[in-house]
Amino acid sequence: MRQVSVAYGQSRVVHDLDLSVIEGEITTLLGANGAGKTTVLRAISNMHVRVSGEIRFSGQRIDGWQTEDIVRLGIGHVPEGRGTITQLTVEENLTLGACTRGDRNSVAGDLERVYSYFPRLKERRRQQSGTLSGGEQQMLAIGRALMLKPKFLLLDEPSFGLAPLVVREIFGILRRINMEDAVSILLVEQNASLALDLARDVYLLETGRVVLNGPTSIVKNNASVRRAYLGY
Amino acid sequence: MMDAFLHQFLSGLANGSIYASIGLALVMIFQSTHHINFAQGEQAMFSAYVALTLIKAGFPYWAAFVLALGFAFVSGMAIERLIIRRFNRAPVLTVVIVFLGLLFIINSLAGWLFTYNVQTFPSPFPPGLGNRFLAAHEIGMIAVTLVMLLLIFLFFRYTSLGLMMRAAAYNPDASRLVGIRVSHMLALGWGVAGAIGAVAAIMAAPIVYMEPNMMGGVLLYGFAAALLGGINNPWGAAVGGFLVGVIENLAGAYVVGTELKLSVALIIIVVVLVTSPAGLFGRPIVTRV
Amino acid sequence: MEGTVQHAVESESARLAHAAGRAARQPLSTVGVVLLLTAAALIPFVVSSFYLLQFTMVVITSIALLGLNLLTGYNGQISLGHGAFYAIGAYTTAILLEQTAVPYWATIPIAGGICLVVGFLFGLPALRLEGHYLALSTFTLAVATPQLLKFHALEPWTGGVQGIYVSTFAAPPGVPLAWDQWLYLLSLSAAAVMFLLACNLLRGSTGLAITAIRDNPIAAVSMGINLPLYKSATFGISAMYTGVAGALAALVTQFVAPDSYSIFLSLGFLVGSVIGGVTSISGAIFGALFIQFVPNFADQISKAVTWAVYGSFIIGFAALAPTGIAGFLTTIVRRLGLYSKAHQGPVPPLPRLGSGFELRKRSK
Repeated sequence: MRQVSVAYGQSRVVHDLDLSVIEGEITTLLGANGAGKTTVLRAISNMHVRVSGEIRFSGQRIDGWQTEDIVRLGIGHVPEGRGTITQLTVEENLTLGACTRGDRNSVAGDLERVYSYFPRLKERRRQQSGTLSGGEQQMLAIGRALMLKPKFLLLDEPSFGLAPLVVREIFGILRRINMEDAVSILLVEQNASLALDLARDVYLLETGRVVLNGPTSIVKNNASVRRAYLGY
Repeated sequence: MMDAFLHQFLSGLANGSIYASIGLALVMIFQSTHHINFAQGEQAMFSAYVALTLIKAGFPYWAAFVLALGFAFVSGMAIERLIIRRFNRAPVLTVVIVFLGLLFIINSLAGWLFTYNVQTFPSPFPPGLGNRFLAAHEIGMIAVTLVMLLLIFLFFRYTSLGLMMRAAAYNPDASRLVGIRVSHMLALGWGVAGAIGAVAAIMAAPIVYMEPNMMGGVLLYGFAAALLGGINNPWGAAVGGFLVGVIENLAGAYVVGTELKLSVALIIIVVVLVTSPAGLFGRPIVTRV
Repeated sequence: MEGTVQHAVESESARLAHAAGRAARQPLSTVGVVLLLTAAALIPFVVSSFYLLQFTMVVITSIALLGLNLLTGYNGQISLGHGAFYAIGAYTTAILLEQTAVPYWATIPIAGGICLVVGFLFGLPALRLEGHYLALSTFTLAVATPQLLKFHALEPWTGGVQGIYVSTFAAPPGVPLAWDQWLYLLSLSAAAVMFLLACNLLRGSTGLAITAIRDNPIAAVSMGINLPLYKSATFGISAMYTGVAGALAALVTQFVAPDSYSIFLSLGFLVGSVIGGVTSISGAIFGALFIQFVPNFADQISKAVTWAVYGSFIIGFAALAPTGIAGFLTTIVRRLGLYSKAHQGPVPPLPRLGSGFELRKRSK
């Protein structure tokens, strides 16, 4: 993303942002409530925002594209609030993830893989998604995004409202996905410490501007930066 | 005495099959757009006229039937793409009058192209099929409607496209995030609804006779059926339709004559809604504060 | 689902109300109103008898539409059945004139009073109904009315299918006006009174209560507004307006019959209301002009598909002016900078992400 500004209606929320995610790596975007992190993800997917500036994916400009077309390029977005379609069953939600893919034959195989990541989903495959717990819905949302066979995954606060044990499970899966399937990840998080453990690069956002960015190793070890910006 | 009642009841079911179809079409469009398509009846009527024209031109009944359905499907999609889409962000009431405007247009065009003369419409069901309770065509109506409902159910439940259309209706944003072209699904939904309406009109035509205003009362009953079943529940609308048909007939036979049966039936429905505001099968209305 | 729709409708109309409602609350300069009234009063003396009749109907219809605007635009209760109140008003006048010795001008307030009560009574059970359910119920009312009017048991009063002829009367002695000129001015005076009444109603705290109920009923209740009372009362007042219009119309057309008050009348009112601008007082006038003159115009364009042309006009107007003609004019006036910056609308809230998503409040 280069010089990207994002607005809702008349109010600009993100200003002149430059952000890149290295292919095959995990990048995390941190910041306080209202800093504009979700907005950045929505800008990439072009959902309900007005964007000015350049957004490129694998060298191709995608700013201004329809959400559906961006997704079909291989960008999976797991939004805040998870976006599971509550009236559909677990299995229907997952199958939906694969519905726009050309290779119908491998769908069943991919479904089994997702179930192997999230066995609890397999137990509840015929249940209506609305009846799942928060953690299970988050797994479902991630699973559905995986069914897209994405090259790039956008995650918006996957830890929100979940018990620490569940969060650790999910983050473990994210690491596996990144390593086994070479999926690049842009992770928006409030839980800074967990995110910093997982990611290779970090961007810190404050009121719509990047105030800090660099490899997480440096940020983690720099106590003054940590205390000043991340509060611990 | 029992015979007469049974006859009224079953006859009511036959009429109800028409209301069920229209109710289903209305709910389908409502689920994806949150609007009631007040022009649904006119679209259906026009498609029935297309069928009649084909039959008069020599086409066998069922061929005309299928072609008319195709016409309804395509025209439904066209209406959505060309007209309704423009009013995506318009206030609710404005969209309502757009539908009314559409109603006028289609009705008037039908009168102009096919004349206002009342015409008869053939029934494909041999008279021998009937028994002492139901005429042959009435049995046929119920059968065709049930078959159609079954096919629709199977389509939405078990096909990939059906799943995508359901998803797009339930949650357009989440659907976009899995790559579904929501606007295409919307247009398809209108096409399917149009086809369902056409089936209803073609089935009703032999009984109510063809004329441009034939679907007015039917639309009203279909609307009532949709609300009775819970406006978000397609199968509730179908059940509601059969129920409305029976209520109408019984009201006409036992309470008031045919003069007032439309009013009485509607009043009964409204009373039900006042006591059970989400409809018989609907989810209770949750208001965000 | 319903809640989301309701809320979307309400916040939409709230935003529009800001725009168009300001037109109503703007102290329309007294000079402007006086000019308008004077111009209107001169009409009987400059136009032919045929057009005078049309303009009389415009004035009368605008009263009916104002009633509908009060209910649907300002109070958020949709009605597809106002033709029923029009019919009640008309029949009241006809029956009183033919069967009693009540003078013609007195039948108007009586008709209004009866409709006030009937409307209020209808509004009571309708409290439990919102949106489409209310639409269906009012639709039922509209459909039932002509059927009831034709019902043979009521024939001694209603005249059944054939209706009632209303005998003519002359202008009062000493007034040098033809009958139709007198009737026009009578209608105009009635309209002036009704419009003034509406302005006062909406400008005060009653108006705030009425619109608060539309925008956020739960908040309104927590502010102490008696919801059932206000909603039913608004229904009653709205019915009264339309009943008065119906009474006047009976005097003008001198004939009432069941088929004149079909569902198309009610739908026509709604169309006129929305095209004129449902949340505005001046909208009632624009709407009345539309539904009086556009069908004739459409007929001139094509006799074969008159209603198709009419329908196209409806869609065209709706596309060009989704907030009604009144709203459209307000936007133009604002764009021309005639209003000060203080009148700019509020910043729109963040959009919702569809019903499956949870909206989390950002603490900021």
